Amino acid sequence: MLYDDGENSTARRTLTASSRLLRRLHLDGPLLAALAAVVAFGLFVLFSATGENMPMWTNQIERLALAIVALVLLAQVPPAWLKRVSPILYAAGVLLLLAVMVHGDVGKGAQRWLVLGPLRFQPSELMKLGVPMMCAWYLHDRPLPPSLRDVTVVLGIIAVPALIIAKQPDLGTALLIASAGILVVFLAGLSTVVIVLGLTLLGGAVPVAWHFMHDYQRQRVLMFLDPSQDPLGAGYHSIQSQIAIGSGGLFGKGWMNGSQAQLEFLPERSTDFIFAVIGEELGLLGQLLLIGLYLTVIGRALYMASEAQDTYARLVCGSFALTFFVYVFVNTGMVSGILPVVGVPLPFISYGGTAMVTLGLALGMLMSIAKSKRLVQS
Amino acid sequence: MPRSVRIKDHWGEQRLFIGRTIFAGIAAVVLLLVVMGRLFWLQVVRHDYFTDLSQGNRVRLEPLPPDRGLIYDKNGVVIAENTPAFQLELTPEQVTNVGDTLRRLAAIGLVESGQVPALERLIRAARKFEAVPLRLSLSDADIATFAVRQFEFPGVEIQTRLARWYPYGDIAAHALGYVAAISEDDLKHINADEYAGSSVIGKLGLENTYEEQLHGTAGFRQVLVNAQGRHVDRLGSAPVKLDTRQPRAGNDIFLGLDIKVQRVAEESLAGHRGALIAIDPTTGDVVALASVPSFDPNKFTRGISTPEYASLRDDLDRPLFNRALRGAYPPGSTVKPMMALAGLEYNAIDPRATRFCRGYFTLPGSSRHYRDWKKEGHGNVDMRRAIATSCDVYFYGLADVLGIERVHEAMSALGFGKPTGIDIVGERPGLMPSEEWKRQTYKQAWYPGETVIVGIGQGYMLATPLQLAHAVAVVAARGHGFRPRLVTAVRDAMTREVKTLPPIAEPPIALTDPGNWQVIIEGMEMVTEAGGTASAVQRGASYKIAAKTGTAQVFSLGQNEKYNASAVDERLRDHALFIAFAPAEAPKLAIAVLVENGGHGGSVAAPMARRVFDAFLLGKYDAAPVPPPPKGAPPEPQVN
Repeated sequence: MLYDDGENSTARRTLTASSRLLRRLHLDGPLLAALAAVVAFGLFVLFSATGENMPMWTNQIERLALAIVALVLLAQVPPAWLKRVSPILYAAGVLLLLAVMVHGDVGKGAQRWLVLGPLRFQPSELMKLGVPMMCAWYLHDRPLPPSLRDVTVVLGIIAVPALIIAKQPDLGTALLIASAGILVVFLAGLSTVVIVLGLTLLGGAVPVAWHFMHDYQRQRVLMFLDPSQDPLGAGYHSIQSQIAIGSGGLFGKGWMNGSQAQLEFLPERSTDFIFAVIGEELGLLGQLLLIGLYLTVIGRALYMASEAQDTYARLVCGSFALTFFVYVFVNTGMVSGILPVVGVPLPFISYGGTAMVTLGLALGMLMSIAKSKRLVQS
Repeated sequence: MPRSVRIKDHWGEQRLFIGRTIFAGIAAVVLLLVVMGRLFWLQVVRHDYFTDLSQGNRVRLEPLPPDRGLIYDKNGVVIAENTPAFQLELTPEQVTNVGDTLRRLAAIGLVESGQVPALERLIRAARKFEAVPLRLSLSDADIATFAVRQFEFPGVEIQTRLARWYPYGDIAAHALGYVAAISEDDLKHINADEYAGSSVIGKLGLENTYEEQLHGTAGFRQVLVNAQGRHVDRLGSAPVKLDTRQPRAGNDIFLGLDIKVQRVAEESLAGHRGALIAIDPTTGDVVALASVPSFDPNKFTRGISTPEYASLRDDLDRPLFNRALRGAYPPGSTVKPMMALAGLEYNAIDPRATRFCRGYFTLPGSSRHYRDWKKEGHGNVDMRRAIATSCDVYFYGLADVLGIERVHEAMSALGFGKPTGIDIVGERPGLMPSEEWKRQTYKQAWYPGETVIVGIGQGYMLATPLQLAHAVAVVAARGHGFRPRLVTAVRDAMTREVKTLPPIAEPPIALTDPGNWQVIIEGMEMVTEAGGTASAVQRGASYKIAAKTGTAQVFSLGQNEKYNASAVDERLRDHALFIAFAPAEAPKLAIAVLVENGGHGGSVAAPMARRVFDAFLLGKYDAAPVPPPPKGAPPEPQVN
């Protein structure tokens, strides 16, 4: 009994110690645990999805480490300071976007990279944080729900960078940034009337937009509606990805045994379409497990946001949490063929660095803001 | 403008925020449930459908073309073989814009621009996943050109394939024929499964006739391919079980043709337009089948260019024309021994009876002169002498006595007027006229004067060099003829068992008096003796040659004109003909020679036959010219 008791208390002591450490580092245990599970799952899948490419795999680990460092560092930054830098960050971001427009690097046919010495980075990534922060900053000391005038100003704040990015052209990022900003307005209590009105206007704009679209743009829309029209062209990604998922079945073909992924029928198998690899090799169960983990992350983040006391904190945290959801939904929707193909990665799983670091920063901020409020409160 | 002042309500804002958060959270769950529903639909409801699709995505049937059978000559020398060649191929399903790709290939000179439309049609007709050859043979320079630009041409590759190779070039080309790229027309006739992976098909000659034997059957293997269509040997870490069926190579064929004799035949004809056929009278095996000028069949197997083909097609000497099988010529005096045989068989004439030749012949009641080639006449000649000196007057009279119906019957028995049935396609039947034929063709009655000139192988009668060779072989074998053939044996590709094909005997010509053969053979022997029309051909030969010369008019002279070779355009000059067999007492080889516009059979065509006899009977393959006539010998007679 004594022996058992002793061991239990050791375990308890370890737990308490680690929770104390987490608290001191302003980190949220449950959120971190869910994220760690996602990351582990992602590394497991990525090894297979890259075709056992060791250098790519270690590369991804390095980036993950960088993202975690970013997360931990950002969590230490006082929220008041974050609030203060919001307009500066936004203004700098817009300037950098303009700089890219003038003389940026062209990569994969789009102009989005800025080279600063050894660094090559996309200012549009910065704006994924900058836009919601700026929106929240603008709204935080104004009475909410926001007046129509405030809403108009915020929409302007969103539109400037979104339009520049859409022109790069990077429609996916532009939409993500716009949605991050709009989510802030939504969480701030945008009147239901306005929301309904906006949606109606959007619906009414569809036929008008169709009329003004170029042929190739119409083609893309039609392709989304019926990918089998052009199985080797624009519809190829969507068809191959659905074949991969569908042939996986309930339990999948087994890790490293997905023919679609291993024989490269599936395009972008390690980046945007990695969710299809999960479907093919680990089956429906693997995909549901991952969606479950994501829901845990989103739910925990939303809970943390709702606990924050300060308006700025609430809006930024809520927007980050929901942006994370948008990533997951758009990616899985696109891979499973219910949304058009846009370049949105699967958070913490897709191969690739920038988006992951950005997400790390966002979640770090989320922890900093939410946790510190709670500390002040207690 | 008055501005309503609102006071910040922190508690209200927080409630509002929480409400919105809960709403957003529910929306997130609902939307992800939609995704999960979609996943369930794909993975559970439609699982079988997508499993089939993914299976088709990775396993592909790849055809394994069979090796084409080889062709050997009489002595086992390979005269048609397969050697590696680099060919340019396009796989339709891997190319998004075929027309554009072809035009770009044409721009860098790898495809002829004139062929682009035809290639496009061919690609459209082909199966999407099977490579279509664009060009059968690439030079080193072409390969280098393509190698540096390959990335611009996805779906286009250089493949090493076995290509047909004729080591003797233009020698025997008209017998062998050639293989060439499968055309749209061919695709309609062949079984696409058997030809999967094959890029060529036999177009002419033996390659065409024996296509079924030579081609073999395609095999296939299942291959694991990735999205680029490249082969991979494993799927992730798991090896995959795949089926293979080996191709069945084509059978080899063996010919009676002796390539060395063939070469002598073509060399001796060089510089002329003509044909020489040599047949073994004891079997019907064709030892040589020459049609000159010839062409290099390798040009076709490796993809002939349009200008190259045009120059062959438009050449006035028509190298692509198979004179041996398809050229129909008046046989001229070469028919005289056979006419004599008819006269004997129908008891129309006594071989020893003489006729007086005064240089021309007239039909009773007509003043028209049928001239002898010898203006002053041959004097008194019996049958043997008439053959030896090629007396026209004798045979004018004989034909008149026989009448066209009996001439038709007798000559038909020797194979004139119908194809010999040789085992390559394209043979022409020639023409052996009859009253019936003239009535049907011209709606006219037959005139006796027309019979008279058929007696010396002129008029309506036309024969191919092959028919002449066959007829002389039948005479040499004294009526025991064989159908001419090139292929004597076939070797099964799988069992390596050689199946010898027995000679195909024709119904023998049974004469009422078999001694009649001897009469005309003696006449033919006298042709090569002193006083005969081809005495020079026998000079220095260790074996006896029985022969008959011939000179066929291309162009009719007026009643009183005299033929003057130098004044007549070269292409209107007489054709020179010569038929012969040797050794006369036990014939081993029968030959027919035709030289278009060559002039005289005895002086032009006979030496060619002599060289072939020397090659075949004595093994003298070098171009030893027939010895010049000894000093003081009489000049060669001008022979009809």
